[in-house]
Amino acid sequence: MDAFIQYTAQGLAAGGFYALAALGLAVIFGALNVVNFAHGAFYMLGAVLTAVLLDVAGINFWVALVLVPVILFGFGIIIERLLVQWLLGLDNLYSFLLTFGISLVLVDVIKIRYGVSGLPYGQPPGLEGLIRIGAVQLPVYQVFVFVFSVLVCLGVWLLLAKTRVGVIVRAATEEPERARALGINVGLWVTPVFGFGVALAGIAGVLAAPFRAITATMGSSFIIILFAIVVIGGLGSILGSVVAGFLVGLVEAYGQGYASTFSQIIIFVLMAVVILVRPAGLFGRKESA
Amino acid sequence: MKSRTVPMIAVTFVSAAMLAGCAGGPPAQDGSALSDGKVVIGILNDQSGVYRDLSGPNSRVAVELAIADYEAKYGDEAVATDIEIITSDHQNKPDVANTQAQQMYDRRGADIILDVPTSSAALAVAEVAAAKKRLFIDVGAATMELTGAACNPYTFHWAYNTEMLAKGASGVVDNGGESWVIIYPDYAFGQGMNASFTASIEGAGGTVLESIATPFPNDNFSTFITRAAAQNPDVIGIMAAGGDLINFVKQYNQAGMQDQAALAVGLMFITDINSLGVEEFQGTTFTDAWYWDYDEQNREFADRFLQLTDARPTFAHAGNYSAAFQYLEAIQRAGTDDADAVIAELEGAKLEDLFLRNGEVRSDHSVVHDSYVARVKPAADVAEAWDYEEIISTIPAEEAFSPVNSACTM
Repeated sequence: MDAFIQYTAQGLAAGGFYALAALGLAVIFGALNVVNFAHGAFYMLGAVLTAVLLDVAGINFWVALVLVPVILFGFGIIIERLLVQWLLGLDNLYSFLLTFGISLVLVDVIKIRYGVSGLPYGQPPGLEGLIRIGAVQLPVYQVFVFVFSVLVCLGVWLLLAKTRVGVIVRAATEEPERARALGINVGLWVTPVFGFGVALAGIAGVLAAPFRAITATMGSSFIIILFAIVVIGGLGSILGSVVAGFLVGLVEAYGQGYASTFSQIIIFVLMAVVILVRPAGLFGRKESA
Repeated sequence: MKSRTVPMIAVTFVSAAMLAGCAGGPPAQDGSALSDGKVVIGILNDQSGVYRDLSGPNSRVAVELAIADYEAKYGDEAVATDIEIITSDHQNKPDVANTQAQQMYDRRGADIILDVPTSSAALAVAEVAAAKKRLFIDVGAATMELTGAACNPYTFHWAYNTEMLAKGASGVVDNGGESWVIIYPDYAFGQGMNASFTASIEGAGGTVLESIATPFPNDNFSTFITRAAAQNPDVIGIMAAGGDLINFVKQYNQAGMQDQAALAVGLMFITDINSLGVEEFQGTTFTDAWYWDYDEQNREFADRFLQLTDARPTFAHAGNYSAAFQYLEAIQRAGTDDADAVIAELEGAKLEDLFLRNGEVRSDHSVVHDSYVARVKPAADVAEAWDYEEIISTIPAEEAFSPVNSACTM
């Protein structure tokens, strides 16, 4: 029983991180109908940038947690203006192919510049050690990642659901013609939403730096799990991706605990079952299936 | 609905056509002892993926140094007067390795192929070498199969194998690390490592409490680590490589495991320590085939290597140097680059160079040599860049490698 409780705690901790990492994917799809396959590469850029900023400029984890998302927000804006905007009106297969291409380019650029074996990054100051509560024992850093991720997810939900900015963004992306008729400059809102999604990937990248290998390919396998999460949650649903993030974290932890070799397969079995039973995902709208 | 014009973006793919130096020239018309009048050394390895840093383009630098040393040693007496290096990327895929090896032997005139990390790719190249009757010296792969069931007269295995890596484990058992939990990735390499380590630990009187298989690749090891720790082992052995190894070690340290169990790594290259940072690995033990700062001879080679690459050599780089140098020496002794004549010179030879200490080419074509139990230095003891290892003990060649493989029939 102790083991089960420990696995549950670890699953929830991992789930929080998954939810945050998948959030940007859900935001960009929900708002722009763009299947952003470069999300994993943006996540990788976030982690690489964190390590490089420390190495080159001595910028620590806490500053990077603010600075890296800002840089990636700008980078996302450039990518959207230069490339993504031209495909927005088309079938989302086009943007999928475009972003897939972008991710290949980004991964190779990082490989050429920084090699393949990865960059060093230690524990952030103030987050070393362990927390013990009864039978459960978790690294302080994992607890921090969990709390921080939940706060960011909550903040994003509040921003989109409860604020005037959120209402405008949703109007501009869901009903662009009517929004224009009401005097909203739709083009002005689409670009920052993409940048915002990329910045969220950047935050996940910063959080990953202390506990994941920082390599050019670190996002390439991770993106597969993230897609499983947004599909389970319902493409474009923010609540869905958060719930599915936790679900996948738990399923993975129980898999590792009780059926180790199958711990990743189980995630995709879960995805297949969800698609069979609810093709739009747990929280998806029918038309986005 | 306003229609949006989508500008057509014409993407031109510039296919990098490999202009292979066609080696179909007339054979040895001037009485030269060399086929095509030159020796062509092919290096087939990972030029772009996970093994790029530990072998990759720097293996070519190591071979260039071997050629320079050979030329300096023999001068005008050299049999191999014209030596060319060609390289190719096998992307760690056996099918690509197969095609590239065929091209190297047939179209690009390679007399030998070197390096080839990734066991499945190495086995594919061994088959091609046997079919083409040309030499293949594998340096980068670990599989026992190369000198076992898949052995053939044209294939040699130079640097290390899974059993040799596991030999370091018996040293750890002797030093009090008696109970182990092994965590291994569930594919050919990981399964082989698990079997070899289990045999080595049990042979030394230790016990393996549990072997935990993990998916490959895998990012999140937290629950695996908890499971391993629950058994209270003296040592946790991790058989993952590359990025997975780094994921594991980061999460292992984060979980505060350093204080609970010693960490042993199955296969580690110095580039792994360099990329993760010595703080994270300090105290970890592993078996090393070669270390650049072991003695003056190694250091001298490592200095030349550093000048050209800005990095210290891995044991795979040193192994490639050794394989190329001994190949050229064998040509020198044979007076020709004819594959069968060179093999006759190599078989049974006792070899010494900076990589091979007490080296010997055995009948199964496994090249055995002294190996080392290494420990990663505490960060405070690191005196310069790449100064990461402390050699605890030397495993003599005959102990480091198991007896001649009976599964091998040539």
